[in-house]
Amino acid sequence: MAVALVLVLVVVGSVLFHFLSPWWWTPIASNWDYIDNTIIITFWITGVVFAAVVLFMAYCVFRFRHREGNQAAYEPENKRLEWWLTIVTAIGVTAMLVPGLFVWNQFVSVPSDATVVEVVGQQWQWSFRLPGKDGKLGTSDTRNVSPENPLGVNASDANGQDDVVVEAADLHLPVGKPVKMLLRSIDVLHDFYVPEFRAKMDMIPGSVTYFWFTPTKTGTFQVLCAELCGQGHPLMNGVVMVDTQEDYLAWLGEQQTFAQLSAPQQVGSAE
Amino acid sequence: MVDITPADAVPPAEVAEMELYHPHSWWTKYVFSQDAKVIAIQYSATATAIGLVALVLSWLMRLQLGFPGTFDFISPEAYYQFITMHGMIMVIYLLTALFLGGFGNYLIPLMVGARDMVFPYVNMLSYWIYLLAVLVLASSFFAPGGPTGAGWTLYPPQAIMTGTPGGQDWGIILMLVSLILFIIGFTMGGLNYVVTVLQARTRGMTLMRLPLTVWGIFTATVMALLAFPALFVACVMMLFDRALGTSFFMPAIVEMGEQLQHGGGSPILFQHLFWFFGHPEVYIVALPAFGIVSDLISTHARKNIFGYRMMVWAIVGIGALSFVVWAHHMYVSGMHPYFGFFFATTTLIIAVPTAIKVYNWVLTLWRGDIHLTVPMLFALAFIVTFVNGGLTGLFLGNVVVDVPLSDTMFVVAHFHMVMGVAPILVIFGAIYHWYPKVTGRMLNEAMGQFHFWVTFLGAYLIFFPMHYIGLMGVPRRYHELTATTVMTESAHDLNAFISIMAFLVGFAQIVFLFNLIWSIRHGREAGGNPWRATTLEWQTPETPPAHGNFGKELPIVYRWAYDYSVPGAKEDFIPQNMPGAFGSSREPA
Repeated sequence: MAVALVLVLVVVGSVLFHFLSPWWWTPIASNWDYIDNTIIITFWITGVVFAAVVLFMAYCVFRFRHREGNQAAYEPENKRLEWWLTIVTAIGVTAMLVPGLFVWNQFVSVPSDATVVEVVGQQWQWSFRLPGKDGKLGTSDTRNVSPENPLGVNASDANGQDDVVVEAADLHLPVGKPVKMLLRSIDVLHDFYVPEFRAKMDMIPGSVTYFWFTPTKTGTFQVLCAELCGQGHPLMNGVVMVDTQEDYLAWLGEQQTFAQLSAPQQVGSAE
Repeated sequence: MVDITPADAVPPAEVAEMELYHPHSWWTKYVFSQDAKVIAIQYSATATAIGLVALVLSWLMRLQLGFPGTFDFISPEAYYQFITMHGMIMVIYLLTALFLGGFGNYLIPLMVGARDMVFPYVNMLSYWIYLLAVLVLASSFFAPGGPTGAGWTLYPPQAIMTGTPGGQDWGIILMLVSLILFIIGFTMGGLNYVVTVLQARTRGMTLMRLPLTVWGIFTATVMALLAFPALFVACVMMLFDRALGTSFFMPAIVEMGEQLQHGGGSPILFQHLFWFFGHPEVYIVALPAFGIVSDLISTHARKNIFGYRMMVWAIVGIGALSFVVWAHHMYVSGMHPYFGFFFATTTLIIAVPTAIKVYNWVLTLWRGDIHLTVPMLFALAFIVTFVNGGLTGLFLGNVVVDVPLSDTMFVVAHFHMVMGVAPILVIFGAIYHWYPKVTGRMLNEAMGQFHFWVTFLGAYLIFFPMHYIGLMGVPRRYHELTATTVMTESAHDLNAFISIMAFLVGFAQIVFLFNLIWSIRHGREAGGNPWRATTLEWQTPETPPAHGNFGKELPIVYRWAYDYSVPGAKEDFIPQNMPGAFGSSREPA
C-alpha cells in the first residue's frame, strides 16, 4: 500500500516539478527554436510513457499484493499483446526521430548567405578572426603560431592580410544575419557554447569544425567552454555581443587587421 | 506448448565429479582459491572497497558543487582528479567487476548446473590481475602529481598535457597501465564465463531454459570480449604518445606559447576507439542488471517472467545493436555531421527492444502475487529509475536535441540515473536475494528497508532535478559554477539540496555495509531455499554450496526456470530439477 502510494507520488511529484519549478531553459536568442520544439515533443512523449509505466506498476503493486490464499496467474506469453506494444513503441520513437532528423538536416546545411567567423580556442581563452574586405579568410596552421601571430595565420597568403583579428576580446555579431562559425583550436579540445544560441560544437586541434545560427536578439551573451580542456576549463569564459547593424559596423571599424598586427615595430617603438 | 518430459525418459545421471582442484590448505581455500564462489566473493569485496573510495570522492565533489568556495582544499586540480577517479572506478572497477566477476562467477556455474568454471586456474588468475589493476589505480593517489584529472573519458590531447592534473606526471600513466591490466584480467574471466555457459550446462539445461540472469551476464561478457580490445589499443597508443613521444592522437599543438614535438595525430580517433568500447560498456553493465531483475521480479511476484523468449531476443538484440550506436556520444565532437543521421536512427531503434523489456517486467507484475520483500522493492525502484533514465536517453540520442544538452548537467543526470542508480539498485536487490545462499543467513529486514527507502528516494531526488539544471545550460565538469550567468541564484540552492541528498544516500550505504557484516553472525537462519525459487542455485544439497556445488550428482533439468504458480501444482513453484509433470505447465519452446 505504502509502496503503491510512493510510486504515485513519484509520478505526481515529477510532473509538478516539471511544470512548477523555476528551473527551465534560458530564453533563446537564435533561430534554433526548432530544437526547442523538438525538446518539447520529446518531453511530452517521454513524460506520458513514464507516467503510464509507473502508474501501472503502482496499480499492480496495490491490486496484486500478496494476501493469504492469492495465486498468481500463469501466462508465459501473449503474442498479440507483445506485437501490439512493439508497434506502438516504434510509432512513438518515429514521432521523435523524424522531426529530429529534419531539424538536424537544417542544422548541418549552412545557408549560402551566411558570413564566416572563425573562433580559435586555446587554454584558456577565445580569439576570433573575421574576413576582411575580400570576404575570404586566409589559411592558417598551428605551426605558424608565435607571440606575434597568436592565431597561426599564414603570412604568405594574400587572403589573410586583411583578416580582422580579435585576440582574447569580445566578439560582436550583427543581429538577424546568419553566421557560420568556423572552429579551430591550437592546443586541446574545446567547445564553443553560448546557451542562448542552443548550438555548440567541439573544436579539435588539427581540424576545422563548424556550426551555424542566426542571432535573433541584441544583447550580451556569455561564451562557455563545454569540453573539458584542463584545469582552467570553467574559467574559459568569453563574451558575444549581438549588435544592431550600425553598432556592429562601428565596432568592426575599430578592429585591427592581421597586416596591421604583424607590423608591431611601429606600435612598439612609440613607447 | 510442449508437455513436460517425464522423468523416466531422461537417462540417469552418471556425471562424476569433474576434476576439481580441491584446496589443501587455508591459503588455497580462502586466498588462492580456484572455486568460482570464493573468487566471486574476492571480486565483490575488492570492487566494494574501491567503490567506497568512489563514494567518498562523490561526496567531495558534491561539497564543492553545493557549497562553492567553502572548502579550500578542493582546488580545481583536486576536483578534476575526483571526478575522473569517481567515474572510472564506478564504471569499470566497480560495476563491470561486480556484475561479471562477482555475480558472474557466483551464479553462472550454480545456475547452469556446473561444478565450477571450465578453467578454474585462469579464473583465479583473472581475480589477481584485477586486484593488481585496482592497486595500480589506487597507487596514483599517492604518486607525485596525484591521479589523472582528464575526465573518465581521458580525451587526448589534454589527458597527456601539463594543463591537466597528472597529464605530465604519473597519474595518466598509472591510469592507462591499470586499464590495460584490468582488460587482461577481465579477458581471462570472460572467456571462462562464455565457455562455461556454452559447454558446461547440465543435462536438460537447454539455452532456452537458462534463467535470464545467465542470459544477461553471458551476453554482456561476449560484448565485453569484443569491446574491451578497442579500449586496450587506445590505452596502449596513448601510453606511447605520452611515454615515447609518438603522435597517434596528437596533432601539431602549441601549449602555453610553445610548439610541442607532436604532429599529424588524430584526437578524434581516440574518441571513436573509446566509445566503440564505451557504448557497449553501458550495456555490459545494463544487461546483467536486466537479467537479474527479471529473475527477482519473477521470483518475488510468484509468476513466470512474461514473454521469456522475447526477453532473450531483446537481450541479444540490444547487445548486437549496441555496437553500431557508439558515435551518439560524439554528436558535437566535430565528426562529419552526416554521421548524425545514421547514429540517431540506430540509437532510437535500440529503444524498441529496451521498451519491450520494460513492458515485460511490468506485465510480470500484472496478476502476480507480489511479495514486497526487500529484493522486490529494489527491483521496482530499478524499473522507475531505469525508465526515467532510459527516456532521457531519447533526448540525447536524437542528434539535434543533443546539441543544446550535450556536455551539460543533463547528461550527468541521465547517465547516473540509467547506468549508475538503476544497475546499482539491481545489485542491492541481488545481494538481498542471494546473500542467504552465500552465507546461509538472511540480511536484516529493518536495516534493509531503511537502506532501500533512503537510497531510492534520495537518488531520485539527486538526479531528477539535476536534469533541469542541465536544461538551463549549465555545463558539466565545472569546478566553479558561480561565474556562469545561466546558473541562477535559486539553482544554486537546488545544487546545495542535491548535495545534502548525496550525503544522506551515502550514509545509507554505510548502514548497508554494516548489515552485510552484522548478518553473517546475527541474521536469521535462511535454509536452502528461503524465497521458494525454482532455479538450480537454490537446490544445492548444502547452503552455502560446497566446492563442486551439487554433491555427488549434478542435477538434471526438466523444465524452464519460471514455473511459478502453475495451475494444478501443489506448490507455487516447481524447481527446474524436479522430475515429473505438474499441473498445466506451458514452457515456451
